[in-house]
Amino acid sequence: MKKSIAVTPLRKGFALILTFIIVQLLVQLNIINDYLQATIATIGINIILAVSLNLITGFTGQFSLGHAGFMSIGAYACALTVMRVPTVWGFLTGLLLGAVLAALVGFLVGLSTLRLKGDYLAIATLGMSEIIRIIFTNLDITNGAAGLSGIPRFTNWTYLYLFMVSAILLISNFLKSSHGRACISIREDEIAAEAMGINTTKYKVTAFTIGAFCAGVAGALYAAYFYYIDPNTFGFLKSIDVLVIVVLGGLGSVSGSVLAAILLAVISTILQDFSDLRMVIYALLLIIIMIFRPQGLMGSKELSLKAFRNLGGFLSSRKGGK
Amino acid sequence: MSILNVRKLTKNFGGLTAVANLSMELNRGELVGLIGPNGAGKTTVFNLLTGIYHPSDGSIILEAGGQQLPLHGKKPYHICKAGVARTFQNIRLFKDLTVLDNVRIAMHQNLKYGLLSGFLHLPSFKREEKKLLNDAMELLRITKLDGKANELAKNLPYGEQRHLEIARALATKPVLLLLDEPAAGMNPAETAELTELIQWIRHEFDLTILLIEHDMSLVMKICERIYVLDYGMLIANGTPEEIKSNKRVVEAYLGEDVSNA
Ligand SMILES: Nc1ncnc2c1ncn2[C@@H]1O[C@H](COP(=O)(O)OP(=O)(O)OP(=O)(O)O)[C@@H](O)[C@H]1O
Ligand SMILES: [Mg+2]
Repeated sequence: MKKSIAVTPLRKGFALILTFIIVQLLVQLNIINDYLQATIATIGINIILAVSLNLITGFTGQFSLGHAGFMSIGAYACALTVMRVPTVWGFLTGLLLGAVLAALVGFLVGLSTLRLKGDYLAIATLGMSEIIRIIFTNLDITNGAAGLSGIPRFTNWTYLYLFMVSAILLISNFLKSSHGRACISIREDEIAAEAMGINTTKYKVTAFTIGAFCAGVAGALYAAYFYYIDPNTFGFLKSIDVLVIVVLGGLGSVSGSVLAAILLAVISTILQDFSDLRMVIYALLLIIIMIFRPQGLMGSKELSLKAFRNLGGFLSSRKGGK
Repeated sequence: MSILNVRKLTKNFGGLTAVANLSMELNRGELVGLIGPNGAGKTTVFNLLTGIYHPSDGSIILEAGGQQLPLHGKKPYHICKAGVARTFQNIRLFKDLTVLDNVRIAMHQNLKYGLLSGFLHLPSFKREEKKLLNDAMELLRITKLDGKANELAKNLPYGEQRHLEIARALATKPVLLLLDEPAAGMNPAETAELTELIQWIRHEFDLTILLIEHDMSLVMKICERIYVLDYGMLIANGTPEEIKSNKRVVEAYLGEDVSNA
């Protein structure tokens, strides 16, 4: 038992690096075409969005419909920076700027909606995200409703993977720390949490700030990949999309969010051939999954390392058999 | 030596006065009972002491470390940090978390690593988490829950959930512990075990305890002094012997028996 605990981080690191190299090779050998690359970018961005929204909604229990708003701040900040300084440093600076600005807004939103719960909080965060959208629609610098086009592409598999894995690892680590447990206790019973010494205000705002920071990163990656953004890219429906991933994967499961983001992207890709019926089938599938797994794919559980180990054992025993 | 000083505490809910002009004083190391018929305002007193409700009037002063600390108007987590912990009559555990996490969460206020260490699992995280785990397991051993550390709180039988409430309250390192009907729903054997636990932790952790309880034999057995509330008002206070023979107390409880019959 002790041994496997010591080995696990190494194995994890190895698996992470291997995944990166394999995809990188496939991209370089042109086995992964442009369309598939765009799908992978969407998956990576959605994973960052979903995991960070899960921190706010699934773990801390604060129903938020404003994630697209935070995302748009990152997207515009990065786009405007990288269009003026079209270098990697411009991109990274813009990304960081966007993330910090989004975090700042997340901090303010968290602070101003402290007294709200459940549906009321959802409506308030939705309103906040609409205000951000309307501001971007009316500003000159963001080119209003026409949006920004010709944003240089700097998001590649390396950056995407780096930021995605960092977001997942940092948020998972946070959740496994005492600070993360403090957030979770708010979801479980806010009054009991306060009575046991948890500053619930601080941790609600912390969750919003971290969540918004990550959404800002996701927005920046989006802008620097898809060449074009406009205010409607980050409307109400984008927030709903992210929420669907979180609920489908399981409120309170990081690995659930990752799985759901991948699964939904795969389903949409397969459904490309069904043109008109696409959205209907997509919606039907969602309904069916939620009927059979109302707690989401993973519930509040995490994909256990044991499952991987079993899989690893299974594969190596097959290799050994040959 | 006084540890808690409550002066003219009043709480109105609309037209209802749940606690009226209550004054009481606890001395360091005492085990004091707070009794009264259903709806007398006992739990409301706890909610006022722990900041869940703000008083309509009156003051609550905690004397800790040679300082006089006003608790009225403070937030619950401030009060907890100041050294006042409680259990809940209607059990409020973190149901979907493990027994261990319930206790560890209550230790958070004394945490010695920051956010950054939480994100990166720096050495300070590993060191402190190890200590946290040991301390939590120690509290679970005391409350006989160490075998169930990884079970979900909601899956514990009722009596053990009450024990976990106590373990969680102890985890906040209190000087004053407020127990709200810890024996409710327990059978005589469980109550006897609980009685022993309360007396043991009292000495082991050097606690002052205020106990709400309907089980009179338990109250009379372990409390040194008793306050009696009826309709939010203090109708008596004294030793168990004095309370047992107090006319107003007997009337208040008789009244209840009559109305129940
Ligand atoms: N939040 C509230 N709003 C309105 N009334 C309340 C509230 N909390 C308590 N009360 C009322 O205050 C009175 C005292 O209630 P409290 O819970 O303190 O009684 P108690 O002595 O703990 O009773 P029990 O022995 O049944 O637990 C009751 O009449 C109750 O209905
Ligand atoms: Mg009560």
